[in-house]
Amino acid sequence: MAQAAAVAKQPAPPRRRRGSATPRRLPYLLIAPAGLLMLGFIAYPVLSVFYYSLQNYNPTKPWRNGYAGFDNFTRIFTEDPQFWDTLIFSAKWVVVEVGLQLLFGLALALIVNQTFVGRSLGRAMVFSPWAVSGVLTSAIWVLLYNSQTGITRYLADMGIGEYGTSWLSDTSTVFPAAVVADLWRGVPFFAILILADLQSVSKDLYEAAEVDGASRLRQFLHITLPHLKDAIILSTLLRAVWEFNNVDLLYTLTGGGPAGETTTLPLYIANTSVDAHNFGYASALTTVAFVILLFCSMVYLRLSKFGVGGDK
Amino acid sequence: MTVAERSAPVADEPPQRPRKGRRAWDEAPRWQIYLPLGIYLVFTLVPFYWILLFALRPTGSTSLVPWPMTFEHFDKVWNDRSFGTYFENSVYVGLATLFMTTLVALAGGYALARFDFRIKRAFMLALLCSQFVPGALLLVPLFQIFAELQMINSLGSVIIAETVFQLPLSMILISGFIRNVPYTLEEAAWVDGCNRFTGFRVVVLPLLRPGLIAVGSFAFVHSWNHFLFALMFLSNQEKQTIPVGLNSLMSADSVDLGALAAGGIIAAVPVVIVFAFIQKWLITGFSAGAVKG
Repeated sequence: MAQAAAVAKQPAPPRRRRGSATPRRLPYLLIAPAGLLMLGFIAYPVLSVFYYSLQNYNPTKPWRNGYAGFDNFTRIFTEDPQFWDTLIFSAKWVVVEVGLQLLFGLALALIVNQTFVGRSLGRAMVFSPWAVSGVLTSAIWVLLYNSQTGITRYLADMGIGEYGTSWLSDTSTVFPAAVVADLWRGVPFFAILILADLQSVSKDLYEAAEVDGASRLRQFLHITLPHLKDAIILSTLLRAVWEFNNVDLLYTLTGGGPAGETTTLPLYIANTSVDAHNFGYASALTTVAFVILLFCSMVYLRLSKFGVGGDK
Repeated sequence: MTVAERSAPVADEPPQRPRKGRRAWDEAPRWQIYLPLGIYLVFTLVPFYWILLFALRPTGSTSLVPWPMTFEHFDKVWNDRSFGTYFENSVYVGLATLFMTTLVALAGGYALARFDFRIKRAFMLALLCSQFVPGALLLVPLFQIFAELQMINSLGSVIIAETVFQLPLSMILISGFIRNVPYTLEEAAWVDGCNRFTGFRVVVLPLLRPGLIAVGSFAFVHSWNHFLFALMFLSNQEKQTIPVGLNSLMSADSVDLGALAAGGIIAAVPVVIVFAFIQKWLITGFSAGAVKG
């Protein structure tokens, strides 16, 4: 049944119809707007970043501008401890965030995939933080973490944490505090993606497993997980790239502080280019970040055997 | 494939599904659903409650219920902190991004779903690769391009940037939706005298509505929420959008928590409404478009 449906859904791409009003140019015409926009506003900027990475380019110090060769790159790898610090923090941030989001998102998706009274309302409520922006998430959690009137004060009354501490300005608490804030918004999105794929698992499989007496845990391990495999691999990858690149939340929540404790590599790049006006060096950093991202993605896809196996 | 063949496996199924007195997978014990869901709901809703509390109670109050209620924070943010203007700008940006993204992605998605052409694979690869390009890291060249086009300080720059970064995913999703519409339907319309365009409009477009709503709302919510492009390309305060306004409330020397909360609620209301409206379509949309696309 599933196979037949799949065949029906994917017609062979049509040949050009002789005599019809469809010129061969039509597909190119249709993708032209998207293609041109992407060429102009993604491809060209990417290339110019590569170009600037080989330049000294700083509009406030024009006398130093010019070709620099690989100087920027040597400086990154040999004389810039901040690069390594921010890179390590980025890795830590991405791994912790994506790991926890996957865990909670999967659990949440499994729960709201069941039938129960009030399901649509429940879904709408637990998914709602997804719609909230990074800046608004920061605003909300700034209010919650506020030392005077935030929830921390009420928790302190109940004996959790100390009175009058602000979790965002303490180096020992800022990381978990930021992680929780981002999870609040990130878990629902993950859950939506996984739930979408859960909907396509054939009920017949579970019923067959029931008949064979498989426990629910075994059903989960042998039916649900294999089915979700590709969706999980792809969504964790996209999520990781997104968490790596996203600066909205940390920029507004902690500003990278305290004491640079929560500065990710992209945040460092943004500071270098926007505040310090060192575009050449920032471009080199961007290039390095891009290469790292691409390399990690390839390794991840290879290791996770994306699209290999599974019985979809 | 004929209709009879397609429905054959269904006919083979026994009319009475076997139940051995045990629960089916989707009928877990109630407490296993409600307990974790309840805990998660608390985690989800407390932050929302907190921002509502700060927005509605008078400055200096530490009460846990927003009573007596006051709207002074909303009044201040909307009028004195120009959130009225920001709101208007955000609506323009959001709607323009929605229309541009949907239209451009619809054209591109149709080409990807229905034609085989020489650069198709390369184009698909480019779409995929663009997902690795960090928008935030391209700020400087993007700024230069818009400066060259004399578009700095115009909402157009933000609209273009938001659209471009929404396009790849939207196109992949839409081509997935179109692939789900049987091609034979379109061919039947041609036989009845439609050309390609009218055939598409009459037959395919109505079936795409849920998918288009999902993609469009996604574009709207994203551009409504996104912060960096507006921060960088719009230096004129009159042109700013809501997230930038929120950020300026947060980075003020003495943060006015009531104003911040009220601004946050103004920022949240449109997206929460959009979201409540599209939530169901979003899930079916993703499963139809993303996974198979």
